[in-house]
Amino acid sequence: MSATLKRRDVVAQLLEGRGELLVVAGLGSTAWDCTAAGDHPLTFPLWGAMGQAAMMGLGLALAQPKRRVLVITGDGEMLMGMGSLATIAVQRPANLSVVVIDNERYGETGMQATHTGSGVDLAAVALACGFRSASTLTRAGEIAALRSAIHAAPGPNFAAVKVVAEKIPILLPPRDGGLLKARFRRELLGAAADTQ
Amino acid sequence: MAADAQGVIDWPLEVHRALAASSVRQVGYVPDAGHKRLIELCHADRSMRAVPLTTEEEGIGLATGAWLGGERCALLMQSSGVGNIINALGTIKECRIPLPILVTMRGEYGEFNPWQVPMGQATPAVLEAMGVVVQPVREAAEVPAAVDAALRLAYNSYVATAVLISQRVIGIKSFQEQAAR
Repeated sequence: MSATLKRRDVVAQLLEGRGELLVVAGLGSTAWDCTAAGDHPLTFPLWGAMGQAAMMGLGLALAQPKRRVLVITGDGEMLMGMGSLATIAVQRPANLSVVVIDNERYGETGMQATHTGSGVDLAAVALACGFRSASTLTRAGEIAALRSAIHAAPGPNFAAVKVVAEKIPILLPPRDGGLLKARFRRELLGAAADTQ
Repeated sequence: MAADAQGVIDWPLEVHRALAASSVRQVGYVPDAGHKRLIELCHADRSMRAVPLTTEEEGIGLATGAWLGGERCALLMQSSGVGNIINALGTIKECRIPLPILVTMRGEYGEFNPWQVPMGQATPAVLEAMGVVVQPVREAAEVPAAVDAALRLAYNSYVATAVLISQRVIGIKSFQEQAAR
């Protein structure tokens, strides 16, 4: 079954009216998707550390238990850090959601196939690890419920959203890691964060 | 400094005290025999969350997320695990995330397992190549002060620091001796 959902539409819908949501965006296409939805100080887009997006979400969720945390990342990035699904499930952060925008490709390196295109089921892995909810979404009508879950459902929650493998314009967030960190902390923790 | 009747330094207790005194709230680890007691102390401390990892690299993500959220994180690992964090350390340097790493060494003082030697011998050079400030420790009595200094340097100067705790401190592991028993 070929995917019909468009990644930019899905991410824009997930981030619409984001409120106090804290976001970690995996490197590559999902960082561009989040930027297309609107660069935001409380989005931490990655330019490296492939495989670590979900774990950054865990560290953030444990540090900020009263805030909702969303990791948006790609299938290739998630496959590189699959053990983190086990680590997250053991910690059971109620405020964390991990959403994989799954085009079954390594989008930045020539659209080579990832394992998810050969049947590897990341939602099943997350469920087997002990995530409170985990599903694979393929229809536009399912995205609104996912957005609601990100903001309110007890986690950890996981969703893989199957999207069209398409080459679309790249929208770059700031690249300076120190800047991205500092603006996130200042927005979240106030100016006092600068001198901590 | 905590010591038993024979004058043996209880360095894990001192290290735990230093972590607590520095307001460390998350401690990520992959177990090592040399960290056994410290891991137990961290789990028992309700002021900190001890997070077991499937691979040391996850600790880099954990620490980054923790700092974004305003909490201090420290990592515990064996020297073999240092090999698993190299690329991710680039993020720590680029983003200037404060990160103390306590490494129990293998592959050096009196090592029995030849497969541990390459990574153990490369550990200081690899860490330094990635911008980590390295502090080797060869005596138990030196561990608490070295850890305290590493915590201060990391959190005050926004860098990664690594205290390398020698096998001379933690004891030489020998499966041959264990197998002969």
